Amino acid sequence: MSASKPASTPDLPIWKQADAKPFVQFEAVTKQFGDFTAVNRISLDIYRGELFCLLGGSGSGKSTLLRMLAGFEGVTSGRILIDGVDMSGVPPWERPVNMMFQSYALFPHLTVENNVAFGLRREGVPDAEVRARVAQMLDMVQLGHLGKRKPSQLSGGQRQRVALARALVKRPKLLLLDEPLGALDKKLREETQFELINIQEELGVTFIVVTHDQEEAMTLATRIGVMNHGEIVQIGEPHEIYEYPNSRFVAQFIGSVNMLEGTIVEDEPAHVRVACPDIGGSMYVAHGINCAPDQEVHIALRPEKIMISAEPPAQSENVCSGIIADIAYMGGLSVFRVRLDSGKELRVTQPNIERDMGARFTWNDRVYLYWGVTTAVILTA
Amino acid sequence: MQKRSWFLNTSAFLGFLFLYIPIISLVIFSFNKSKLVTVWGGWSLKWYGELFNNEQIMSAVWLSLKIAFVSAWLAVVLGVLAAFALTRMGRFKGKMLLSGMVSAPLVMPDVITGLSLLLLFVAMESLFGWPAGRGTLTIIIAHATFCMAYVAVIVQARLSDLDESLEEAAMDLGAKPSTLFFLVTLPLIAPAVISGWLLAFTLSLDDLVIASFVSGPGDSTLPMVIFSKVRLGVTPEVNALATLMILIVAIGVTVAMLQMRRKEKQV
Repeated sequence: MSASKPASTPDLPIWKQADAKPFVQFEAVTKQFGDFTAVNRISLDIYRGELFCLLGGSGSGKSTLLRMLAGFEGVTSGRILIDGVDMSGVPPWERPVNMMFQSYALFPHLTVENNVAFGLRREGVPDAEVRARVAQMLDMVQLGHLGKRKPSQLSGGQRQRVALARALVKRPKLLLLDEPLGALDKKLREETQFELINIQEELGVTFIVVTHDQEEAMTLATRIGVMNHGEIVQIGEPHEIYEYPNSRFVAQFIGSVNMLEGTIVEDEPAHVRVACPDIGGSMYVAHGINCAPDQEVHIALRPEKIMISAEPPAQSENVCSGIIADIAYMGGLSVFRVRLDSGKELRVTQPNIERDMGARFTWNDRVYLYWGVTTAVILTA
Repeated sequence: MQKRSWFLNTSAFLGFLFLYIPIISLVIFSFNKSKLVTVWGGWSLKWYGELFNNEQIMSAVWLSLKIAFVSAWLAVVLGVLAAFALTRMGRFKGKMLLSGMVSAPLVMPDVITGLSLLLLFVAMESLFGWPAGRGTLTIIIAHATFCMAYVAVIVQARLSDLDESLEEAAMDLGAKPSTLFFLVTLPLIAPAVISGWLLAFTLSLDDLVIASFVSGPGDSTLPMVIFSKVRLGVTPEVNALATLMILIVAIGVTVAMLQMRRKEKQV
């Protein structure tokens, strides 16, 4: 977590403290391009030292939100405040914000050093200081030896570091990162993710990251804002978003999920029962939810939370059975597609904690599926 | 290397022969010792010497270079502005039409361009007395006008290829739009600007028709002098002059192409 935890309430992260002052504030921000509403009345507070991820598909408005923060797009209505200062009318070159672009946008005609020095020179920083700060920054991203090269002579990962160094050298209060790892291959991406987190914690800069990659968001973020159609549909810490999605969209967007339909039959303060023809019975959930009897709901079941066995399990609730329709052995995991008696197919993943566990079941085996009383997520939206 | 068929080889050979025989014979005859243009009398550089002593031709060369230089700069400034306007104004009604209209002078017959400019200059003179008479100034204006179209087309292509986030990055790092243009945009479009300048320079140097329309009695550009001389019979001096012009144009075009090549490699 971030380094800026205050001493008074050490256990609570800053966004859960009642008296915390937000660092970046969106107040009912709307952006329209002609008839198209890219961002629709978004209100959002981001705190100092956070690594906040805006996660969404293409066209969800996440990049527009970032570009409005950088000042490349104006707002149609609403306000954006950074550190309490209203940013409307402040041009990009005067905002206390730097951005790392998806394409890196390195100047091809300048050397690595001059790329990094560009922002400091515009500020009129003395030459000796420019050189010292550039050298320090390039050392931090481990590119001290490549300062004289042109961007075209660098690999993709090296360019990404130059872009990061160039965006950080001015010591911005807020760094915006547009798909920072999108152009890197998988292995490099994993290494760089942790490097980004380290740099962020070391410098204490607030990061706002835009990404479409949910894995990236889960690894990097202190909090995630999931966006869809120009609105933020859920804000929360990575585990909250994953374990307690508030809508069908979020449940399906983050990770994989089995989506079932059902009707509420018992609605008590301490438990809920949902009739679910898909599993040929009913689903028991050991906590109350905000719903009405006979309401149609969706039930989200994460594949890794479903147990699979050849014998009937001891529990009587939340059990169903079916036939294995497909097996995918992925090394660490095995993925089973089980066709229930209702015809509905459920996806189940099992970690292969013992050798040859993957060979335990085969096609057309009859198996029992079961899950705990707090596993299923009942979604009313 | 793969063996090419004899058919391709022959047709390429014939094609180039067709294109370059007239030019090669002109270059060879420029080194002819004989005074008769069509009779070979041995090798000599004498006509080059005569050429440099011919005051009429040399002053025309000087005038043409002067006009080409000034009009190339004018064309570059106007062409870059036009290219910027067309690539950066976003989408609007009639953008296609305007883009087309900028490049229309490329295909407009020279006679029409020359005639319309002449009519304009005459009308302007009678309305506000400027430009007074026709001469170097009117030729420069006329050349800048049609060369601008070429510059605009070349620079526009480069600008629309340019990653706009480069300019955004510069702004984000604290560059105001004016600094940004000279520090980022101009260096990046420089290859296109340079090749546009060279093209404009060569086009102005080559032009006979438009200059003939808009020049006055005293100001004859090089192509005009050559053309009037040839009407009295081709002299070996003209061959020598033409050879030199081919050399200059060839250098200009090669440098322009190399510039364009460099741009492709860079990005």
